[in-house]
Order: sequence, then C-alpha cells, then structure tokens
Amino acid sequence: MIDGSILSSGTLYDKVWDLHTVAELPGGQTQLFIGLHLIHEVTSPQAFAMLAEQGLPVRHPERTVATVDHIIPTTDQSRPLADPLAEEMLATLERNCGDHGIRLHGMNSSNQGIVHVMAPELGLSQPGTTIACGDSHTSTHGAFGAIAFGIGTSQVRDVLATQSLAMSKLKVRRVRVDGRLPQGVFAKDLALHVIRRLGVKGGVGYAYEFSGSCIAALSMEERMTLCNMAIEGGARCGYVNPDQVCFDDLRGRACAPKGKAWERAVTWWSSLASNADATYDDEVTFDAADLSPTVTWGITPGQGIAVDERIPAPEDLPEADRPLAGEAYAYMDLQAGAAIAGTPVDVCFIGSCTNGRLSDLRDAAQVAMGRRVAAGIKAFVVPGSRQVAQAAAAEGLDVVFQQAGFEWRQPGCSMCLAMNPDRLEGRQISASSSNRNFKGRQGSTSGRTLLMSPAMVAAAAVTGKVTDVRTLLGR
Amino acid sequence: MVVPVTTVVGPVVALPGSDVDTDRIIPARFLKCTRFDGLGEHVFADDRAALGGDHPFDRPEHQGARILVTNRNFGCGSSREHAPQALRRWGIAAIVAESFAEIFHGNCLALGIPCLSATAATVTAIQETAQRHPGVDFTINVTDATLCGNGNDRWQLALQPAAQSMLISGRWDATGLLLNHDAELQATAQRLPYLHHFAPVGQGRGA
Repeated sequence: MIDGSILSSGTLYDKVWDLHTVAELPGGQTQLFIGLHLIHEVTSPQAFAMLAEQGLPVRHPERTVATVDHIIPTTDQSRPLADPLAEEMLATLERNCGDHGIRLHGMNSSNQGIVHVMAPELGLSQPGTTIACGDSHTSTHGAFGAIAFGIGTSQVRDVLATQSLAMSKLKVRRVRVDGRLPQGVFAKDLALHVIRRLGVKGGVGYAYEFSGSCIAALSMEERMTLCNMAIEGGARCGYVNPDQVCFDDLRGRACAPKGKAWERAVTWWSSLASNADATYDDEVTFDAADLSPTVTWGITPGQGIAVDERIPAPEDLPEADRPLAGEAYAYMDLQAGAAIAGTPVDVCFIGSCTNGRLSDLRDAAQVAMGRRVAAGIKAFVVPGSRQVAQAAAAEGLDVVFQQAGFEWRQPGCSMCLAMNPDRLEGRQISASSSNRNFKGRQGSTSGRTLLMSPAMVAAAAVTGKVTDVRTLLGR
Repeated sequence: MVVPVTTVVGPVVALPGSDVDTDRIIPARFLKCTRFDGLGEHVFADDRAALGGDHPFDRPEHQGARILVTNRNFGCGSSREHAPQALRRWGIAAIVAESFAEIFHGNCLALGIPCLSATAATVTAIQETAQRHPGVDFTINVTDATLCGNGNDRWQLALQPAAQSMLISGRWDATGLLLNHDAELQATAQRLPYLHHFAPVGQGRGA
C-alpha cells in the first residue's frame, strides 16, 4: 500500500477520502477517519463536557494536539490573565488536556501560536492526511495536500470519542490559476479575486483544488493563505497537490518523518496527487496576470475590487447581489462609484491565520522600512506564532516595524475576531490582513473592516489611507 | 440517543437577508464561555441592538416562533456551533433557507435541527404568508420535506437525503453510530502509512 496500488484513480480528494473511509453509515453519510485533530480553547470545552456527560474516553489522545490562540491578549500574557473569563477558558483547556493526555502547546511553550500556524510549523500537517479542527480556517492545512476542514463542537466531541466523523462527500472544483502574480500582488489578492468571481457561496458543496502554473510557483506560506480563504468562498476545504515545494518545506520539521521513513513518505505522498486524467465536477480558470492588489469595500469577503477600481454601483451588480450591496454601502458609509483608493483608515492590523506568517511580515516590513506610520493611525503587528515572532526578530523585522511606529505584539488571533482586548472602537475602519469583514467582526458593533494583503495594510499604515502598494515598492 | 425528528410545528419568523454569517448570529464576545447555556438571549445581539427592538426576533408577534425562514447562504463564516445552539435556545427548531453554509448545516444536523432549502420564490412566498399570519402554527414535515401553513398553503422544500434519513431515524447524533464501527476504525488506521512511520507493509505495524 505504500506504493499507492490500492488507491483509486482520480483526484487527491477522492484518494484521501477512500483511504480514510471507515464505513458507510445507515443514513448515507460516510464515517471518515481523522488523522489529526487540532483543538483550541474556544470550541473544545463544551465537547469535553459532552464526553464527560456520556461517560466516554478520548479514543486516541495521541492524535489530538492543542494550542491556545483565540482569546489570549497580545500585550501582557502573564497568568492569570486579566480577563477572568479568558483565564477560565485557558484553565479549562489545560485541565482537559491534562486529564486526557493530550499534547498542549500552551502559554509556556515556544511552539504556541494560532492553531493553523502552529501545526504546519511542527510538521503535523502532512499530505494525504485528514485534519479536523473546531475552526473554519482549518482549510489552511490543505496547502500540504491534506483534506482539512472546520467542524462544530458536537463534531469535536465525535472526533475525541471516535477519531472519526460522519461526513457527506464533497464535489471537487479545479480552480486553475496560470501565469505569474505581478509585483505587489500576493496570494491574498488571488484569494480575494477568486472569491469575488466565484462568490461567497460558490464553493458550497465543493472542495477547491488549486492548481496551475501560478499555484505551482507559490511558496507553502502563500498556498496556506489561499487555502485558508477557501472557506470564505464557501468551500469547506481547499487543497494543493503535494509537490517538491511541499516536501522541501516539510523536511526536517519536528513531526515530519525522518531517514528511511522520509523517503517512503515522499513516495506515498507523491502517489496521492490528483491523476492527470482525474475528472472534476467543475473547473474554472484564472490568469494571474489579470490580478491587481485587491481590497474589500463591503461586509462579505466577496465584495472586493482592485485597488484602482471604483466601488460598484447597484446597476453594475447582478440583481441578486444588490440588497447586500445596499446593506454594505450603509454599514461601511462608502459611496457607490467612489474610488476605494484614498479611503482613510484608523487602524492597521497585520496578523491572523491568513497572513501572520514570516513571509507576510517580510512583505509588510519591506513597505514599512524607512517610513513612518501616518499621524493618528494605530498600527500593530501580531505574529502568528512564537516561532514566527522569533524568526522575524532574528531578521530584525520587529525593529523595522517599531522604528516605523507599529506596535510589535505577542502571538495570537487578536483583532481578526477580537475575542481578546484588541478591537475596533465605535465606527473605526481598519485595514486588515485577516479574513473576514463581517459586520461587527473586529469587536465593535459598528466597526468596519477592509481586507487586503499585509503589504497593502503596511501601505495604508504609512499613508493613512487605502493606497496601491505598487506605488511604494521598487524604490 | 435516538430521538426521531419527523415534524416541527410552530410559528414562523421571517428573517429576510442573505449571507447572514455566524458572527452576526452570535457575536464572538459571547463565545467566551465554557457552556452553551444562556446563549439564547444573545442571538443576533448586535443586529437587534442596531434595530432598537424592531428586529424580527424582538417583535412581540414572533415570540414563540419555532421555524426560521431566511435567504441565501445562511450561517456562513465561522464554524462556531454556538450559532445553532443560540438559535435553538431562543426557540428555533427548524430552518428554511434558499441555501446554507456547509459547516453550519452540519452543526444543525448534529443538534437535530432540520435545515430545508427552497427556491427564492418559495422562500419569499413563505415569508410573506408568515408576515400576514404571525403567531399561527406552520408544520414542517421532515418525511416529505414540506411546509404546510394556514389553510391550503403547502410548499415543497428539499432536504439532503442523508440528513433526512438521520433525522427520521433519530440517529442525527452521530456519536453512537460512529462508536459502532471500532473494528473497521482500527482496520482503517492499519492501512494509513502515516500512522505507522511509513513502515513497509507487514513491518512495525503496531498500534
């Protein structure tokens, strides 16, 4: 089976699905084995409580790995946390992990970080695995050729109790992207562009397979950004077929196979990539050369435009999209037909599971270097993990940001969802490298979010307004 | 636990709108909890505050509603099960929409909340009928995926076959089903090389 001889023909999704199928369930769903289960402090406590109520043990504690990310402060992380509810959640996770023998990369661990940053850093995210986590951005791990998806808390309980889930199989859409990303255009722009074109519900019922020459040339961190955002397009998982870029990234990581096992692993992983003659339920094609830096103007990630475009008027949009556009103009206080470039911002946030990795910080630092955060702007950088923070500091990026007037924070999810003290106030508008611009998402019920790449956030920080980062590059 | 869900009877609350995300259903600050109790009063907290009592969930005529009827892509965004938990604790026992986000749909099924889809025209017709007859009981029949209203009103809806089967049989809480297949589970684990240091077949295949 190492040679993949029992593997079905078809896509990676088909092969991984078949390999992990435990049984067909009476209702028609499939019982799917979960190779790696990731947990954090927000969506797991009720699952452990349900287990206790039902008197069930954790079936395979060695297949679950925990960290803390959502609620932790990014300034003072000393214990007990200032917020008693946050402290209680941390303590609950620590107790649950201790009681059940689950590995926890907690506040005292040099591996602590956002769950979707931490697992790839440790080499836990590997091709051909199934990965589940009580967090919708679990799609991130698909960058490694894993089938990875978010689940709810009852399903967290199911994985803890049975190391499996009842699932319905998805269809597969091949999202082919050819060509090269132009200068100043990043994986985030590609993600926002794909969602704009296919819609926020275009991917419902599908897994997205990202392929083509553009994808092949992306780094693993860029692939993670793209797969992370698959869920914003409605696709519960997104993935890239494993290749040499993936293997080179994995080699040497703490949990990656070593020695002879490594060679066998590469053989097996390679056999899982979609066959050249695989059939897809749907296929769409993009040309990377068409892309520009992209910014959202509305209240869903699908409401994005190129930075040099104007905010669409209702008549420019399909009729079905007009009510939501109307809601967005009102909430965002932006005018149809106005340019998005030049929109003043109040807060600039660089971080999150989408864009909180080392290359994201490098891209932003390149823009920040030698410049100053504009007057009146609050700008802060939240590394995705302690490893990212350490690597960035080793390159002096922390100094670059601080000299430019950015705050340099401790790792966590931070203002992506504002479960910690980092949040917008009142009607503030943010330039954010995170993934969601929903109403109230960043902690103020009237706060507003403009999604963009980390480099574009840095450009907004130093100019005080939405600015085409291409005008600041190539000095 | 086997609790068949074959019908849901109760008034309809219409919530016109598309792409209603789970952050709106239950804002993140209410996720700072280790239990789901008490979430019901916070459902749609920010939308309700913004409308100053005029939100459908605040109007007196919709108190006691059990069936939510809304539009496209309901429940998109965050995977938080707190969203259906909050809806259920407010009183919602079934949802009709043009379409649902994937994870939300699965979370509802795990709680025994039927999610039925309908065309845009059907959703509009139900919403308008419900607005004219607030507080009147409607009946969702899971077995044939229909909604019956006042008098002769009857709308054909759609339900995913697997969800329909699980609801009718009462096996929507998957844990018990999954626990039934431990031998197959171990056999599956045996054939996954990454669980065995990628050892060649027949070597080192311990647990």
